[in-house]
Amino acid sequence: MTNVPIEGILLPDEKHNHESPSNWKEYFSFSTDHKVIGIQYLVTSFFFFLVGGIFAMVMRGELMTPESDLVDRTVYNGMFTMHGTVMLFLWTFPSLVGFANYLVPLMIGARDMAFPRLNAVAFWMVPVVGIIMMGSFFVPGGPAQAGWWSYPPVSLQNPTGNLINGQVLWLLAVAISGVSSIMGAVNFVTTIVKMRAPGMGFFKMPLFVWAVFSAQIIQLFGLPALTAGAVMLLLDLTAGTAFFDPAKGGNPVMFEHYFWFYSHPAVYVIILPIFGIFSEIFPVYSRKPLFGYKVVAVSSILIAVVSGIVWVHHMYVSGTPGWMRLIFMLTTMFVSVPTGIKVFAWVATIWGGKLRLNTPMLFALGALIMFVFAGITGIMLSSVPVDVHVNNTYFVVGHFHYVLYGTVTMGLYAAIYHWFPKMTGRMYSESWGKIHFWLAFIGTNLNFLPMHPLGLQGMLRRVASYAPEYQYWNIIASLGGFLLGMSTLPFIFNMVISWMQGEKAPANPWRAIGLEWLVSSPPPVENFEEIPIIVSEPYGYGKSEPLTANLPE
Amino acid sequence: MKIQKILNILTLLTGAIAVTVTSLWIGKQAYSWLPPQAAAESLLIDDLISFLVTLGSFIFLGVTSTLMYSVIFHRAIKDDFTDGPAIEGNITLEVVWTAIPVLLVLWIAGYSYQVYEQMGIQGPSEIVHLHNPLGMESAYAEPKDAPANTLAEPVEKIDVLAKQWAWVFHYPERDITSTELHLPSDRRIRLALKSQDVLHGFYIPAFRLKQDIIPNHAIDFEFTPIRPGKYRLTDSQYSGTYFATMQANVVVESPEDYQQWLAQAATQKPSVAKNQAASEYAQTSNQSVQTGWVTVPPAAPPLVNSPG
Ligand code: HEM
Ligand SMILES: [Cu+2]
Ligand SMILES: [Cu+2]
Repeated sequence: MTNVPIEGILLPDEKHNHESPSNWKEYFSFSTDHKVIGIQYLVTSFFFFLVGGIFAMVMRGELMTPESDLVDRTVYNGMFTMHGTVMLFLWTFPSLVGFANYLVPLMIGARDMAFPRLNAVAFWMVPVVGIIMMGSFFVPGGPAQAGWWSYPPVSLQNPTGNLINGQVLWLLAVAISGVSSIMGAVNFVTTIVKMRAPGMGFFKMPLFVWAVFSAQIIQLFGLPALTAGAVMLLLDLTAGTAFFDPAKGGNPVMFEHYFWFYSHPAVYVIILPIFGIFSEIFPVYSRKPLFGYKVVAVSSILIAVVSGIVWVHHMYVSGTPGWMRLIFMLTTMFVSVPTGIKVFAWVATIWGGKLRLNTPMLFALGALIMFVFAGITGIMLSSVPVDVHVNNTYFVVGHFHYVLYGTVTMGLYAAIYHWFPKMTGRMYSESWGKIHFWLAFIGTNLNFLPMHPLGLQGMLRRVASYAPEYQYWNIIASLGGFLLGMSTLPFIFNMVISWMQGEKAPANPWRAIGLEWLVSSPPPVENFEEIPIIVSEPYGYGKSEPLTANLPE
Repeated sequence: MKIQKILNILTLLTGAIAVTVTSLWIGKQAYSWLPPQAAAESLLIDDLISFLVTLGSFIFLGVTSTLMYSVIFHRAIKDDFTDGPAIEGNITLEVVWTAIPVLLVLWIAGYSYQVYEQMGIQGPSEIVHLHNPLGMESAYAEPKDAPANTLAEPVEKIDVLAKQWAWVFHYPERDITSTELHLPSDRRIRLALKSQDVLHGFYIPAFRLKQDIIPNHAIDFEFTPIRPGKYRLTDSQYSGTYFATMQANVVVESPEDYQQWLAQAATQKPSVAKNQAASEYAQTSNQSVQTGWVTVPPAAPPLVNSPG
């Protein structure tokens, strides 16, 4: 079975000899191979991670001293707005989509995504979003300064008077990113529903695929709300409508509802694939089946469903009456049930295993520990009276960075190391990986732990200057931040050197179970010469059942 | 075999006790992470925070110590590439493990509900045209040491006006405006929160209280200060360029001192208040080299009887 044309595109002939797509030019040109697109997403988003990181360094530099002295207030405000936006829309979302792109077809035994060209178009919108975002630094008045959530009326204030201003570009970029995400979501859901290999029932799917499936369903129901809100805001800003502008009788709280109806579930779009990554990594390095596979699978769907009815917890102290505060407190707290089930399953998987602390395992363990911490502060935030005190303080900033750095970014690193041999056909350096882990783990905690006492004491977020009594913890946080910034250097070094001249990787360096490990590293263009026939569940460690009926194990 | 089992149970028991004792201790520490307790509500909230910190520490330490135990004692030997025991699940354990978070959630939510109800801080109920069906009591009765009669009569509604970037307080009875919020101790305070332009947030960390202020909506807010002293009011909802400078003093004093301050302020002629945003803005506009990006000009500094 060879030479199956994908969507009418015939691939050049020489690629049919199971040749990997690893030639440099291909990574920078239009390709419909899901693996190439996956790596395009990863490399592009990592570039923006560095950009967002530089903005973070400027902020931490400013916050070394109580006065606003390093940069102007307008610059500081632009920095935190662009930092938040870039980190979310140009780092976490696209990098996770990159992994999903690379792994989902391989993991379900498909030759490519359902709509390869749509896939490519969705990717190429990401650099467009990035260019518009960065371009906003060069328009009069500078980039958007209303925070990544752009609440009106601040986001409607346009002191330059120009039609082209940072806020308009910001909204445009976010809208394009939304379109790209919807394209991706349609593609993923179709691929997972329609293109699984014979024998792969839903309960034989790897948990990463379950996680991507749940996350992409959230995208489908949530993104329309965000897009609607963004378009209405854009109209208010440019065409003089009055949806949200109180000066003309609009209601800014409505925007908060539109925004959070999507943007709370969006955090699960980000975190669910990380849960999937945990579920893939812990069994391999513990050499045990995943504990409670079915419950973990179903809990992903449950999280997706419950996440749709919790958004008001971001608005407890906004225009929200008491009864609504309390209802959403209860629904929010209930998200911790399926999440708790997952944590328990991972701990039980690790318990009594034969652990190997390779770099991916170290990152996954570190991320799990920091996630448990974030979950606990999350429960505290969901309690209305506590939130009344700490909302919009550094306590919240500490909490969500434990999620976004401690869990998501560390989880992404775990995934990068784990699948690096598969993606590049080369092994990375274990010792550089470990140096990276320790710098990142220490840096994360130094950076974000002090934010909790700061928030409890009442230090606000989004401030360029603060009362002198907050300086002590801020210095520690800044030093941690600079350490984190530096921790990316051994990573970049390791990746570049290993990709160029690392040891050649075998098909399955970790002796892992999973379809992606049955094909060569890197996988051939169409993944599987023969579509696998699945005969057992995905985590058969210690049972040595064959996974497929027709491929060599 | 038998001895091994007893040893295991002993280890588990010791671990559980150590984790419990440590969590209780951390929970006690939580009070020291917070600002002074200057309002009746802060007593309630701090107890809740301490409770959540205790519970959270227990869970966190429980999970991490289990993980650390595995990391230390369940490592693969160098050349052992065999698999671990193929345990895939355990129904009883999974049911218990689902029941525990459900019960915890109900416990935390119940306690939080109770605290919220006692706070009775009001808020913008009128926005959705629905009456609060929960019948809020308020934290009046909380400071037990305060004489009951002073608590009985709440203070007249003080108007709080937020604008980019200044706080203005208006005492309607005497028609006084001030940039400093003076409040009598041990009385129920009523505020009418208003914003002139964008979203702002009324936040006094020492009171643990916060409420967003929304343009076009009058929002009522209630609380009971109990500790005389000087505190900071800050804007908690990002409000644009000079957001960080939007602060004011809150002076809590005995009802007698409060009355005296009102009387004294009433005798003063209104004058232009000092305003950090305005003076910073004036400075940058005078600079020949413009470093920053353009900004919304600050609203005119308020005219007040008591510039604080
Ligand atoms: C070296 C690492 C990082 C440092 C030092 C850092 C620092 C900061 C600081 C100082 C703020 C401003 C907080 C505020 O005033 O609201 C902030 C906000 C934020 N950060 Fe980070 N951050 C880092 C990494 C990340 C990562 C990896 C993500 C996401 C994946 C992220 C997402 C955000 C978001 C969403 C905001 C909110 C922006 C807003 O308030 O509009 N950060 N960060
Ligand atoms: Cu949320
Ligand atoms: Cu304000």
